[in-house]
Amino acid sequence: MSPARKRTVRLVVALSAAVILASALIYTSFSAASPTVTPSQLVREGVAGREYQLTGKVKAGSVRREGQTLDFAVQDRAGEAAVPLSYTGQVPDPFKEGREVIVTVVKRDGRYIGQRDSLITKCPSKYKVTPSKDKTY
Amino acid sequence: MPELGRACLLLALGVCAYGIGASLYGVRRGRVEFALSGRRSVYALACILTVAFAVLELAFLRSDFSFNTVADTSSTTTPTFYKAAAVWSSQEGSLLLWAWLLSLWSSLVLFLTRRRLREESPYAVAILLGFAGFFISLMIFYATPFATTNPAPADGVGLDPLLRHPSMMIHPPMLYSGYTLCIVPLAFGMGALLARKVDAEWIRATRRFALAAWLFLGVGIMLGARWSYSELGWGGYWGWDAVENASLMPWLTGTAFLHSLMIQEKRGMLKVWNVSLVLATGVLAIMGTFLVRSGILSSIHAFGGATLGVPFVVLIGVLIAASIYVVYTRRDILASEHRLDSLLSREAIFLANNIVLVGLCFVIFWGTYFPLISEALTGHSASVGPPWFDRYTVPLALVLVLLSGIGPVIAWRRATLANARRNFLVPLACALIVLLALLAAGVSTGKPLAIAMFCCAAFVLGSIGQEYWRGTRLRRSSSGEAPPLALLALVRRNRRRYGGYIVHVGIAVLFVGVAASSSFQHASELSLSPGHSTKVGAYTVRYVRPTGTITSKEDAAHTGATMSLGAVLDVSKDGRHVATLTPSEGFYDSGEPSQGSVGHLIGGQAVSHVSMDGGVTRDVWSAIAPDMSTPRLLRVMNIANKTIPLVRPDEGMIALAVLVREYLKAPPPAQFHLIVSPLVLWIWIGGLIVVGGALIAAWPAPSAVRRRVRVGARSAEDRLDRQPRSPERGLARV
Repeated sequence: MSPARKRTVRLVVALSAAVILASALIYTSFSAASPTVTPSQLVREGVAGREYQLTGKVKAGSVRREGQTLDFAVQDRAGEAAVPLSYTGQVPDPFKEGREVIVTVVKRDGRYIGQRDSLITKCPSKYKVTPSKDKTY
Repeated sequence: MPELGRACLLLALGVCAYGIGASLYGVRRGRVEFALSGRRSVYALACILTVAFAVLELAFLRSDFSFNTVADTSSTTTPTFYKAAAVWSSQEGSLLLWAWLLSLWSSLVLFLTRRRLREESPYAVAILLGFAGFFISLMIFYATPFATTNPAPADGVGLDPLLRHPSMMIHPPMLYSGYTLCIVPLAFGMGALLARKVDAEWIRATRRFALAAWLFLGVGIMLGARWSYSELGWGGYWGWDAVENASLMPWLTGTAFLHSLMIQEKRGMLKVWNVSLVLATGVLAIMGTFLVRSGILSSIHAFGGATLGVPFVVLIGVLIAASIYVVYTRRDILASEHRLDSLLSREAIFLANNIVLVGLCFVIFWGTYFPLISEALTGHSASVGPPWFDRYTVPLALVLVLLSGIGPVIAWRRATLANARRNFLVPLACALIVLLALLAAGVSTGKPLAIAMFCCAAFVLGSIGQEYWRGTRLRRSSSGEAPPLALLALVRRNRRRYGGYIVHVGIAVLFVGVAASSSFQHASELSLSPGHSTKVGAYTVRYVRPTGTITSKEDAAHTGATMSLGAVLDVSKDGRHVATLTPSEGFYDSGEPSQGSVGHLIGGQAVSHVSMDGGVTRDVWSAIAPDMSTPRLLRVMNIANKTIPLVRPDEGMIALAVLVREYLKAPPPAQFHLIVSPLVLWIWIGGLIVVGGALIAAWPAPSAVRRRVRVGARSAEDRLDRQPRSPERGLARV
């Protein structure tokens, strides 16, 4: 085989491998992804057994801890719809009423369960702090 | 003072416009004095932005709350150290820091290369000033750091307590230095293409700055990981968050460039690839800044409601289009001088390393921007989590570590069987010994990827150790020096090569720490009362007693917390005391009167102060979340809120002392997060080894400096003699 032909074959093999790998990556990203929803969308469209990334604010007065379980409700950023859920696992420091959170939830037996260690709270490192007016001692 | 700051920004924008015009006019018309003037514009810009930055820094240190940004991110009670660091906690201050660092690094680079790259430099100056002008425009038209309010508020909101960590002083400037230094090779790369001078000279001249960008970005990433591990109360160091990923992507393409440029230097190959990598690294650095500043993706770091998305999208669009255009129109001068001789050669291994690094970058890019991609394609936003990232990045990281062991020992051009036998026997033996030792020690075979990583790391250590051994032995045989001296001389004479090898060792060590801590970690999240204990891995942790302090003076972490509640934990193993841990949570003043006259004193952000017993083999890590919502404590707080007026914070502190006493008298169960993680320390040690190796590789050897100056002077003279009269001819005399 001539060197030029050899190089062409190598290039075709390499490009084919790259295309196959990229296709696998794209396919798995769509099949493994969880839809990002707001509480009102979840109330409307939530299907039992499917994972969702729920984003919104922690509803004031909804946080309750019972043993290992943290119960709270996530509310629309601007709106009244709220989804109550039970969560176990790590709770980030900034978590508090009124803070924006992202949590992976799944609907089981009519209740939303937060996936273990999936709760993240927006770190206020890059936005201004607005203290919660609802919280009183 | 704010007027001075605003005037500086306007002047800086004018200087950018002048510098761009002068540089381009100078290079197009062959007018040396204009090109020189353009270069001096960068120095002037650095001076002006230094004044602007000093004005803002002084406003923070003097607690001048007439500046909106000071009132939003600082307060009279914020400790001075954190007042100084609060400058870059705001959007406006971050933009100023970006522009200031870009002007400083650009000035340094242009000064150090003032006798080289004469044809490329004017274009590079125009591009650097274009970037600076963009950020200055943002500060003038979108988010000015010098906006004021009259009358000024009596006090500010204060720096968010989560940011009151020593890393706040150094982590953001390191990352921003990395991002801004990524722009330097982009500017010179594009300059070389525009000047149609794509030999290895521009690469040689800017290699050290590409390495500096890589180093700063790497240090910034490591500091962020360490900060996350020791402060955020979740015990992790990497979460595949969008902002973390944004800083990792240019680091990966920068790593690829630092390897592939050697192929261009030695064999004149991969020219298109190298300029593409340089341009991609610069674009990714800007995209990283865009991602942080625009709030376009959900991130634990991102802005809420920021308004800088559109200008950044325009900049990135222009940058990508310009990059593609210049590479396409210069493709005739980017042809390789040689072909790849064999797939078993150092060039091929470097190419494979590049493909893996770029592949890793693509995976992370796809996962990070997937919410936007899925929304564009399907109309619904969806995101992928850490398991998806791990599925692809872990095998790629394994291959990468393995290649970092193969690359240093395989021959250039074509490796023979004899060469392979001679060079790979020791590394393979090291990997095999580690595998057998792990199996003999009973390490779980249920974690094959972690075991594979340990073996790959042993392969790398064997390969690099062999290179050092051979080099030292050769040196000894020729000079007769003692082994330590021969080793030192070996590294000193070829810092780039042996510094690079140290970086490989550091990366292998770092990945050993990552593999061990992520695969063999024991964690527990539970509620404990004083006297109770729990088991975490092989360790028993007992909650001995609660602790509580008030006022910032008694706050062990000196972060300005009003009140701190914690615990004393006794850690033992097999009945023997191992360590005493004292995790606590700091409570901060919210400045919000509606929370009550006493309630607001502790109503702000609560922050974990992690306590851990770090060791060579494992870390025992603890964080506490005390329960303040018991009826008894709430009753104390209610009475205090009703009886103490808002204007008497001193009495409020006394009420808090009563609250702490009540808490200590009958402590409610507290929530603990306990982790036993093996080999975490080696992640940080690996990071330090990488930094050490990179510094050795970047440091110029004295003899090399002298040689370069001589060669540079000689080649400039030669060029002057050979060059025909042309617009560039004049520039060569600069």
